[in-house]
Amino acid sequence: MKKLFVPLAVVVAVMFAAAPIAIAMADYESTMLLVQKIFYFHFATWMAMTLAIAVCGLASLVYLFTASKVADWCAVASAELVVIFGLFGLFSGSLWGRKAWGVWWQWDARVTMATMLVLVFLGYLMVRKYGGPGSEKLAAAMGIFGAATSPFVYKSVDWWRTIHPQTTVMKTLGDKWPGAWMLVIFCSVAFLLLTVLLLAARVRLEAMRSRLDELYLAAED
Amino acid sequence: MRPGFVEVALLVLKKDLAIEFKSREIVYTTLFFAVACVMIFSFAFVMEEGVPVEGAAAGILWIAVAFSGTLALGRTFERERYTVTLRALLLAPASRAAVYAGTLLGMILIMAATEVVLTPMVAFFFHAPLFTRPLLLVALLALGTVGFASVGTLFAAMLVRTRTRDVLLPILLYPVTIPVIIAGVRGTAALLQSPPEEPVATLWIGLLTAFDVVFLTLALWTFEPLMTE
Repeated sequence: MKKLFVPLAVVVAVMFAAAPIAIAMADYESTMLLVQKIFYFHFATWMAMTLAIAVCGLASLVYLFTASKVADWCAVASAELVVIFGLFGLFSGSLWGRKAWGVWWQWDARVTMATMLVLVFLGYLMVRKYGGPGSEKLAAAMGIFGAATSPFVYKSVDWWRTIHPQTTVMKTLGDKWPGAWMLVIFCSVAFLLLTVLLLAARVRLEAMRSRLDELYLAAED
Repeated sequence: MRPGFVEVALLVLKKDLAIEFKSREIVYTTLFFAVACVMIFSFAFVMEEGVPVEGAAAGILWIAVAFSGTLALGRTFERERYTVTLRALLLAPASRAAVYAGTLLGMILIMAATEVVLTPMVAFFFHAPLFTRPLLLVALLALGTVGFASVGTLFAAMLVRTRTRDVLLPILLYPVTIPVIIAGVRGTAALLQSPPEEPVATLWIGLLTAFDVVFLTLALWTFEPLMTE
């Protein structure tokens, strides 16, 4: 990862520099015009959040059963990313909702459930901070249960009569509007790579902290 | 010889029930708290002419169930911690999943005892036709209670070790069980429509079943490593 880090950082920087230009040049959507352009980053953040949730859930499971330190670092790093991307997604969604639905906040199924997921991972971070010794394990339980409920969040818009676009919208976009589809994929890849990059940096920070603690203990003896 | 899973679970349940029958502490305090909850809601949701806000009953019922459930969980495990029962149970040569199952059964029974009084009370105070489809309502309450208690028992048990357990339990429990509460409230609200929307209620019952299966499997699977210090 160390060798790949700088090239990956450059790639992500270039992609994020190119994305706004590509989004600005993309065609207007027929009914929502300029506002629709929020969608490219809005969708991409949720993709990044999904990746972070999956990493957190899996890493928590691995940590719980093997007590691997690296897994624990991965879990805490990804939990932070879930909260960050989740808040960004809720914020961009709120801006879009203001134009599309006429309100800043709408209690529709997807919005409610997404807020809940952000709360779950905020809870994860709180346990780690205030749980005292052994809180890594308690947090791992939170990570596992949070990840387990996320598929329900994804399917909620299909089950619940709601105003958020259904999950089938994405599947038909490729045929109807190939240009936008390519741009959605481009932004999603950029955000996913950014997630990997931040995750790697954060895990390295945890590793260094842990090494520092060991050195302190060794110096005291 | 190691006793079997069901045997251990029933023994733990018997132990919990014996303590509870003797003092009746948790049932009485939980019930009183639930009643107080409903009373407070009545100030918020009953309008000028004494008419409750339409559809408020479903939400009030489930919030009272969730709040009083949290109180019962905290109290049950405080008792276990005080007498070091939980550690003794974990040291016993028995399957830990069975210990969890027994404690969970006890928790479900306590919550059910509260609901038996709470539900008619909400129906009475808020003029809610809760009992037009009794079987569907019982299914919603039973599945919702199992979902809430399964996560709650696991979290309360693992939080016994921490100093900040009182505040951490609701912080952890509510976000994770929000799907269960949503399903319960929506399902009950569908039953309160006239005529009752049976297909909607059945949809939520199906969802609750799915949540219960996921939560129970995960809890039984992770209880052992979570309780190992």
